[in-house]
Amino acid sequence: MGVSLKHRTEWIVRASCILPLVLFLGACAMVPAMAAGESYRLSISWIPALGVNLSFMLDGLSIFFALIISAIGFFVTIYAVDYLHGHRDTGRFFIFLHAFMISMLGLVTADNVIALFVFWELTTIFSYLLIGFEHEEEASRKSARQALLVTGAGGLALLVGFLLLETISGTYEISRMVPQASLIGAHPLYGAVLALIFVGAFTKSAQFPFHFWLPNAMAAPAPISAFLHSATMVKGGIYLLARFHPILGGGGAWTCTLMIIGAVTAVGGSILAMGQSDLKKILAYTTITALGIMTMFLGGKTTPSLTAAMTFLLVHSLYKSALFLVAGIIDHQTGTRQLEKLGGLLKFMPATAFAAVAACLSMAGFPLFFGFIGKEIMYKGALAEAMCPELAAGAAVLSNALMTAVGGILVVRPFLGRPVGYQAPVRETTFFMWCGPVVLGGLGIIFGIVPDLVGHWLVGPAVHAFHFSVEDIKLSLFHGINEPLLLSIMTLTLGVGFYLAHRRLFQWINAAAEKIPVTADRVYDGCVGSVARLGRLQARIIQNGSLHRYFFIVAATFLFAVGYGFLSRAQAFPEVMPPLLAWREWLLVIVISAAVITVLVTRILLLAICALGVIGAGLAIIFLTFGAPDLALTQLLVETLTVVIVSMILLRLPGLGSQARNHRGRRLFDALLAAGTGILVTTLLLALLSTEMDRSITAFFEQNSYLAAHGKNIVNVILVDFRSMDTLGEIIVVATAGLAGYALIKKRGSG
Amino acid sequence: METVLAVLCGLMAAASIYLMLSGNIIRFIFGLVIATNAVNLLIFVAGRLSSHRPPLIADGSSVPVGEVANALPQALILTAIVIGFALLAFVFILFYRTYESLGTVDTEKMRFAEPVEGNEALGADNSKGSGA
Repeated sequence: MGVSLKHRTEWIVRASCILPLVLFLGACAMVPAMAAGESYRLSISWIPALGVNLSFMLDGLSIFFALIISAIGFFVTIYAVDYLHGHRDTGRFFIFLHAFMISMLGLVTADNVIALFVFWELTTIFSYLLIGFEHEEEASRKSARQALLVTGAGGLALLVGFLLLETISGTYEISRMVPQASLIGAHPLYGAVLALIFVGAFTKSAQFPFHFWLPNAMAAPAPISAFLHSATMVKGGIYLLARFHPILGGGGAWTCTLMIIGAVTAVGGSILAMGQSDLKKILAYTTITALGIMTMFLGGKTTPSLTAAMTFLLVHSLYKSALFLVAGIIDHQTGTRQLEKLGGLLKFMPATAFAAVAACLSMAGFPLFFGFIGKEIMYKGALAEAMCPELAAGAAVLSNALMTAVGGILVVRPFLGRPVGYQAPVRETTFFMWCGPVVLGGLGIIFGIVPDLVGHWLVGPAVHAFHFSVEDIKLSLFHGINEPLLLSIMTLTLGVGFYLAHRRLFQWINAAAEKIPVTADRVYDGCVGSVARLGRLQARIIQNGSLHRYFFIVAATFLFAVGYGFLSRAQAFPEVMPPLLAWREWLLVIVISAAVITVLVTRILLLAICALGVIGAGLAIIFLTFGAPDLALTQLLVETLTVVIVSMILLRLPGLGSQARNHRGRRLFDALLAAGTGILVTTLLLALLSTEMDRSITAFFEQNSYLAAHGKNIVNVILVDFRSMDTLGEIIVVATAGLAGYALIKKRGSG
Repeated sequence: METVLAVLCGLMAAASIYLMLSGNIIRFIFGLVIATNAVNLLIFVAGRLSSHRPPLIADGSSVPVGEVANALPQALILTAIVIGFALLAFVFILFYRTYESLGTVDTEKMRFAEPVEGNEALGADNSKGSGA
């Protein structure tokens, strides 16, 4: 039965690829309208009082992203069925996967920033669940938590940024913010908005110094790395930057920040990639590089620059998801992802090797491949930039050259060379697993042959959606002998050089990395560790398990809070009337006081119980003296019962013994606190007594007790008539206490 | 009389707090009993001890004649006495059962939920889990 159930689960999840397929076809159907420059809006009222709506907008940019998300989602779905074959949590995996895909589509189509934020956080949460999919491994859990904390914190910054934007522009709708770009740019809060939105984008898209979570996220299964952590989720930040380009992208701060952060991330990521030996880690660091390049070009304002960002986004999504899927296949078939343990796989896995070669050549940017087009337009964009074109071009050349070398490593080391001794015979994987990388890698060739179509239908509408210029966007293979071509040749030459030296570079980079004292990863660990230490410290101080400590805090809080409130408002010390008492009254008060002191000091249990009885009875006499016979009666009754119960129970306990307090100091503090509270109570009561008494409520009861309620005992009438619901509540309390007490006794009986 | 009773209230409040801080559950119960009484007395005094005559309406009249004691605080205290008693009865049983289970009346030794040694070890484990 277990087998058939698993079998059925597999067919259900395989059938679930219909979902991304339908979404992909739907997005395809929108492409002609987008190319014609149209856009559609749909708004569903959500929290109308706050101006928060579930509004969506379909334009070139969102359809561009939706196509990538749904297409790669489709291939990842069919791939993952075989990848996870036999895994006990297959069903859960696909629920998370599709939920992520829907959230991601929501993110790229949302027009209301609050809705965008919600989808943004949903992608973070599903990313957390998917990185931590193998939740029994500590590394998985730790990486998942790290990704959640970093991107979640960025998401909160983003929310604050959105709220600030709303206070400036008066709307949550992105489409209504666009016409107010100049107002937003001139507002004093513009800098804060920019910084907050950058933090959100940089954490999501793994920009320096928040890049560290992405390589750690490689703990996720390979299809997840291919889908979330190369092709879609990490591009969420890029999407955000593109979407807000027309709103915030006017100033120099925008360009400068994005250029510098992007360039640092791009070059740093590609250098670190050369220092890795795990296939997925290499791919993760080159993903950081790619995201850095996109960020850098989104800093620009010219059409070529923004076209470069979007073209490269498409190039990268295709080849990088293909390569991650290939890495997953290699891991799945050979059991390792370490470069030095791989070799000669071409012979065993021709289809996978084809996909890997196609993707790597696109990544390396060889002519005829789509990657080459992406690189050409990149150099054109960099040179067209008004602000420091040398920086952009230099960073692009360097990181592209390093990526070329990485592409070489990824083709040559696992697939060519001599086969190493594998533990089991290596076979080609199933069709469902290799078809995804083959198609995605193959698209790199097809798009490279027909770049003008890609430019017209996909990249062009995407760029025009956030860059309102009439310039035509043309992608073509050959632009003539010009500067971009020269830079391309330089890149390839450098890349070959880096490749030839890659073993030495590997050693240098690792040796240098060990010498860096402060890394972002360690700063993160320090922060998380100090939160835990702070929690432990405060638990040790205020929650140490001692009743004395808790009660002391409560009483001291009462003393200082009420005392401060009273003293800060009191005009003068309350006027004290000189006591004029009959001797009987003096006697009564003295007896009660003596009984209280007896309870305080005695070590004889029975004496203490008797003294308690004296206090209660004394109070009853006070009530009787001052016109409250009902109170006196109840008090006497209850006091008698209390003494009986206390005697019954307490006499079974050990005696009072000596004071439990060991330290003299502690006893002194307790006494001071108690005395202070006593003085405060007396003072408060005296202050109250010196004010005018308002008897209006009592007067109401006196007037209406007989006339309205037909009772002559006013106290009784209040209890059973005017405030009968209170009395009902009181009865419920008594009944509950009785039941609870009974349950406690009963429990002992049943063991 | 009010002034003297105000001082008595303060004395009872101070005694109850000192007893409840003692760390012995029997003394804690004594403190609770005294605190209940102190609060009742406080409410009573706050309503003024203006008359010795109980708030009753004589036969043949529809409102009380002359000044009678304040009925409102009396009604409040009547409720408070009963609820206070219910609470005490429950606390007695609870503490007695606690003593039966844990074998001590010293609250500092009642470490079933928050053990002293385990507390440290647990804390260290947590920090390893979340900090490393």
